[in-house]
Amino acid sequence: MPLPRLIPCLDVAAGRVVKGIRFRGLRDVGDPVELGAAYSDAGADELVYLDVKATLEGRPALLALVARVADQLAIPFTVGGGVRCADDGASLLQAGADKVAVNSAALDRPALISELAHLLGSQAVVVAIDAAGGQVRTRAGTAATGREAVDWAREAQDRGAGELLLTSIDADGTRAGYDLELTAAVAGAVSVPVIASGGAGGARHVADALEVAQAALLASILHEQPERLASLRQELRGLGVPLRDVA
Amino acid sequence: MKVAICDFGAGNVRSVLAAFARLGADACVADAAEAVAAAGLAVLPGVGSAASAMAALRERGLDEALRVRIAAAKPVLGICLGLQLALEHTDEDGGVEGLALLPGRAMRLREGRVPRIGWAPVDPGGEAYYFAHSYAAETPAASATSEGIVAAARAGSFVGVQFHPEKSGAAGARFLERCLSPA
Repeated sequence: MPLPRLIPCLDVAAGRVVKGIRFRGLRDVGDPVELGAAYSDAGADELVYLDVKATLEGRPALLALVARVADQLAIPFTVGGGVRCADDGASLLQAGADKVAVNSAALDRPALISELAHLLGSQAVVVAIDAAGGQVRTRAGTAATGREAVDWAREAQDRGAGELLLTSIDADGTRAGYDLELTAAVAGAVSVPVIASGGAGGARHVADALEVAQAALLASILHEQPERLASLRQELRGLGVPLRDVA
Repeated sequence: MKVAICDFGAGNVRSVLAAFARLGADACVADAAEAVAAAGLAVLPGVGSAASAMAALRERGLDEALRVRIAAAKPVLGICLGLQLALEHTDEDGGVEGLALLPGRAMRLREGRVPRIGWAPVDPGGEAYYFAHSYAAETPAASATSEGIVAAARAGSFVGVQFHPEKSGAAGARFLERCLSPA
């Protein structure tokens, strides 16, 4: 197996990094390329850029941002938000993204996953799953779907997803640790890599998540501060997590 | 050195171009056989499906341009799918004939999580590079491995890597630098 991965997540809107609870009270906290480059220097294995507004009007700004990231960063990155058809995914990859992430749009129309996989290859298709109480939720976690997370994970894989980004809504924002039970259940049900997300409060939590998942998404734990990633990496190495040498 | 990156609709052309540009190389995207023939180094990148990639290479005459380069001992670098397409055959998409720039075939990975995604050490050397693949080369021309999987192969003036040097940070940049200034 490849080494465990640390993946900082940057929320973006209109070409800027923003901070806020999903749609409410978004605050501009910096330039996505600068912050991404700083994370890369601090040892990020990959990045995720999440377009939190994902509006049609915002697409040109997103594509321009993706091109800037691809030109300047030498690590892989995933872009999520607003991918509704295979062509949306293709234009993000042409702009320089390595992978695209889909969530609600895939729940609305599961065939989207196979269309993306056919056009881009499975390795470029990430299906993001938000779960609460073991059940999948949609529309940024606001609506129930009545589906079991494990079942949806299996279906997403069968339809061609190359990776699953699993966020526990129960754990998200608690800083009490990743939802290991949910993560282990999903990772045990599929053979594609799983990225654990939601709940990280410290290095021990991340180390525990990397025992059951292949990667950990890092969001609020980093506070948009790359030096936090560097110190987290050191702590994780101290805990025996085999991270790559960056230099 | 002039670098021509073969464009056959593969997704990561821009990233490969950017990686060479960061090294100060005179790199361009080429979809015509003449440009591929004339370059100091030709790069065959690749993300996506083997069947459509091979069809696009043939349609543009790039397959022949690459064979002519190899016959003339001019360097060609294959990346990821670019390595797999350079083999005699790949099992992807129900079986596709490759460019046969080197012996062997690409077969689906049978162990671990597939796609195999992430950074993994490559031997000899032990440096970690970024991989994202579901198929891997089985070839007597292997020159480096990663967890028992062929990570690089070399035959005549062809060098192929399964990892993505353009996405492999400082280690990847050093690899590409070596491609630009062969010892």
